[in-house]
Amino acid sequence: MKIITCIKQVPASSKVEVDPETGVLIRDGNNVKMNPYDLYALETAYQIKKMYKEGDIHSVTMGPPSAKSVLEEALYMGSDDATLISDRRFAGADVLATAYTLSQLIEHINDYEIIVCGKQTTDGDTAQVGPEIAEFLSIPHVPYVKEIIEVKDKSIILRSAYDDYDEVVEVKYPCLITVEKGVNIPRLPSYRRKVKLKNYKINTVTLRDLKDQNPDNYGLNGSPTQVDEIFPPTKNNDSVLIKGDPDKLSQSIIDLLKESRFL
Amino acid sequence: MSYIKVNNDIIDDKIAQELIDICPFNAFDYIDSFLSINAACKVCKICVKKGPEGTCEFIEETKEKIDKTLYKGITVYIEQRNNKVHRVSYELIGKAKELALKTKEPVYAVLIGSNVSHIVEETMRFGVDKIFVYEDDMYEDFNVEIYTNVIEEFYKNHKVNIILFGGTSQGRSFAPRVAARLKTGLTADCTMLDITNEGDLLQIRPAFGGNIMAKINTPNHRPQLATIRYKMFNEPELIKPFGEIGYEKSDSIKKETTISLLESFEKPQVNDISDAEIIIALGRAFKKKKDLDLIEPLRKRLNAELACTRPLIENGWFDARKQIGLSGRTVKPKLIINLGISGAVQYIEGMKEAELIISVNKDENNKLFDISHYSILGDIFEVLPKLNDLLDQIL
Repeated sequence: MKIITCIKQVPASSKVEVDPETGVLIRDGNNVKMNPYDLYALETAYQIKKMYKEGDIHSVTMGPPSAKSVLEEALYMGSDDATLISDRRFAGADVLATAYTLSQLIEHINDYEIIVCGKQTTDGDTAQVGPEIAEFLSIPHVPYVKEIIEVKDKSIILRSAYDDYDEVVEVKYPCLITVEKGVNIPRLPSYRRKVKLKNYKINTVTLRDLKDQNPDNYGLNGSPTQVDEIFPPTKNNDSVLIKGDPDKLSQSIIDLLKESRFL
Repeated sequence: MSYIKVNNDIIDDKIAQELIDICPFNAFDYIDSFLSINAACKVCKICVKKGPEGTCEFIEETKEKIDKTLYKGITVYIEQRNNKVHRVSYELIGKAKELALKTKEPVYAVLIGSNVSHIVEETMRFGVDKIFVYEDDMYEDFNVEIYTNVIEEFYKNHKVNIILFGGTSQGRSFAPRVAARLKTGLTADCTMLDITNEGDLLQIRPAFGGNIMAKINTPNHRPQLATIRYKMFNEPELIKPFGEIGYEKSDSIKKETTISLLESFEKPQVNDISDAEIIIALGRAFKKKKDLDLIEPLRKRLNAELACTRPLIENGWFDARKQIGLSGRTVKPKLIINLGISGAVQYIEGMKEAELIISVNKDENNKLFDISHYSILGDIFEVLPKLNDLLDQIL
């Protein structure tokens, strides 16, 4: 059973702001972590391997060379292989270009039954990359997986959580699944694995290794969407700030609710 | 191809540091007095706009422009399950009609299902110019592979300009599939839509997981796709239907799939906060479950629904359907009282349309105060007990 997991390094803090004067993004880019959803995706992959009693898990990520640290974490958690895809020509990729790049990498690896992704990332928050990778590979996808029910030789039975209902589906390999947060308890990286993998070298793939080498299909050029402007959320200028001791504050809440006829 | 060029002739240590500091994505490497850009670059062009003049340059290769006049029609995907429409679809018709006034385009609906004539009728009353209906027994349950084939065929035949999808769990799985099939852009969870000066769809959404909004457009690809969360827009008034009904042929559309639906389970109903008129929303300041007792007198008095932010879901105190925000529910109540909520943009976008917003927080710089009608600066653990005393006094 060959499983590929797509993971991503994201900023550790969501404290990102725009300087209203200069329009410059202020963010602490030095603190990074693994996208929290990907921890559950990895654990799901390890569980599929365990349920099937054999398997090989290959974790991949796209990003700058420093993103290798997220692959190391995956290796120490339990992944058997790791590949970074990195190229300056991937810079500025939107969802479509990112999904296309990852699908090209997966075609380059070219050996899998299941691809496991986190439902979404905490920095992009789109939940689109998984389904788009599946489409580019012409394979089915099952989103929001919360339980692996049965792993068969040619198919897998899964339970997914939608807004107001759950679905149990059976899907044939090859397929892609996206995993909801909180559905299992992700294991911690193990020191023993770290020692064991001391000499493991993470593979690096660049545009030159891919089947489609046309730079126009990647990065900014391969991205249909374009960010025109970023701006701080609008403020309500009529906002009334009420200060004082707790007695005054609680009284003013009562007054407001009476005035607006809620009390 | 387009890229950012670094003019290393005029780069010294000081300028390099300045550029490194300005880049929000750590995309500059400065090695052996040579400054280069790595794969972390998002081509946000801040270095070009705000960096020392002439150091960074955006080299744009002009691409062949598509003829936008060939694409007409703002389309809403009518999402149904068990032959019941998700109301977000009708809200999107309202928005599509507003946008169409600016672009002078027809408003279309596209519907996929089996035995859906009652939905066709219902949709027409919201005032669409034409509904395209794909009916087949195979379309009874949503299947992402089969439905994507239908939208592909629909687009091939009708060359519409825009397709809007509800940001539901179905829509968020379906729309990206369609985007990749049609090799076009898709913006997830827009909180606002408009038309740019160039006539393109302006898509606004929170970005970079933080407290910022981004204006996004799709300048040279069609169709333009977006998902929008439930309760962002209003349903249009019902009118006398005037539009055309088109039952489309579906025989030649591929219906193979490798996904089989074995079972589905409806979740037990909870009072949906999306429809609540009065909401008390609780945030991270509530550290212990016992603290929730402080709310009870006010909740009872107002007959309010309780809602919360993400951390309280993660604590297991509330059902996930009680979460407000872009990753939870969008609400539009007559009154919302926010208690001890810091106001991440994803929360604010989920409740800013409330008619009256009262927020209590002890931090004056709390983002929620920026959009609240009344901001009460105080500690909830001091204010709530006093408030409960006062509530006792009024009958």
